[in-house]
Amino acid sequence: MDLLTKFIDTYPIFLKGMLLTFQLTIVSIFVAIFIGLFFAFLKISKVKILEWIADIYIFLVRGTPLVVQIFIFYFGLTSLNISGFWSVVLGLAFHNGAYIAEIFRGAIQSVDNGQMEAGRSLGMSAALSMRRIILPQASRRALPPLGNQFIIALKDSSLASFVGVYELFNIATTQGSIKYDYMSYLLIVAVYYLVLVLFFSIIVNLIEKRMASSD
Amino acid sequence: MSDSVMIQVDKLNKSFGDLHVLKDIDMTVKESDVVCLIGASGSGKSTLLRCLNFLELKDSGIITFEGKQVEKETHDLNEVRQKVGMVFQHFHLFPHKTVIENVMEAPIYVKKLSKNQAEKEALALLEKVGLSDKKNVYPSKLSGGQKQRVAIARALAMKPDIMLFDEPTSALDPELVGEVLTTMKELAEEGMTMIVVTHEMGFAREVADWAVYMHDGKIVEVGHPEELFNNPKEQRTKNFLDSVL
Repeated sequence: MDLLTKFIDTYPIFLKGMLLTFQLTIVSIFVAIFIGLFFAFLKISKVKILEWIADIYIFLVRGTPLVVQIFIFYFGLTSLNISGFWSVVLGLAFHNGAYIAEIFRGAIQSVDNGQMEAGRSLGMSAALSMRRIILPQASRRALPPLGNQFIIALKDSSLASFVGVYELFNIATTQGSIKYDYMSYLLIVAVYYLVLVLFFSIIVNLIEKRMASSD
Repeated sequence: MSDSVMIQVDKLNKSFGDLHVLKDIDMTVKESDVVCLIGASGSGKSTLLRCLNFLELKDSGIITFEGKQVEKETHDLNEVRQKVGMVFQHFHLFPHKTVIENVMEAPIYVKKLSKNQAEKEALALLEKVGLSDKKNVYPSKLSGGQKQRVAIARALAMKPDIMLFDEPTSALDPELVGEVLTTMKELAEEGMTMIVVTHEMGFAREVADWAVYMHDGKIVEVGHPEELFNNPKEQRTKNFLDSVL
């Protein structure tokens, strides 16, 4: 049996896995953006204690393997009757939030201080200047590294298979073990990942182009 | 010229760390006055201007604006800043907004003007600075002189009682300086109260009611520009003028 027939025979089940991988990624990135924005604000708050809180969070995430974080979230949250899907989503969000916080912090700080001063000089409050003047410019700059982080998150979601979430990678290894043919299904799952990554890259590029219209 | 006092500064002091930038500055600016601040870089003139807009907060002293002593504890500085327009050396236009959006931003979001009303006023201001044909262009497509005229229109959109200019032509190519100075001159002729930090002695001579020479954080000499430039009383003023004229 050649690879193509195996691909065709298994596509319904792989598409289900792809949908789950897609959901894991989208939902966890969505949550991670809010976590990231929150900690980015703590980092630039110039309030020592808030900066420390953000530093500790980032240190914890960067200092431990993602698979350990996922297991801790999985066993911690499922014991509180939270579903496996959501405990993995929150684990991934917790992880990506730290990297996204650094992306946002860098982007916000890269906007010339004169922009804030120009806003303030017109009578805008600091919060309004941040919202109307700084953040739109910062998010434009954050977009390329954010897109990168999306793709990393997508691929990292494969670690959810270790706690039994039936996403793409889990399906590949299961199929492989049922049919004593790991190689074929690993190659097939690689194609699915490539398609997803391609899809994400195109979306990010489209957004970037649209946002770049003023430059 | 009216006699009502716009801004009064008494014994203003400001330090950045160990650096004492403003030392006991006293100054009174009346309505419709055009004042030029001159002096070498590092003399504190930009810092003085920024203190008047509360972008820098004073360490000590009193700033009285339109008869009220302004303190950050008792006043909403955002409200005061609405009345004090500021034009920066490097324009600081909002790059993600078109020319007209730059001018409309604060009237809509601070003054809560309707979009239509803000647009009407913004168009009139762009007309005034000669840039109504550029209204839908992004700042990156403008020359330096055009950018600065948009920045002036943006500040005027809040209908300020006084305009502060921080070296408005220093970042411009020489051939673009004239258009900005012309706009400023027109503004002065309409009776706008203006404080201008500048190295343009010609402009100071022509437009300013009086000029202030600052050195090392202190006001050294104040006078009518003609008098100050031709017959400076202080040796330091004379040295400075010799080096720039």
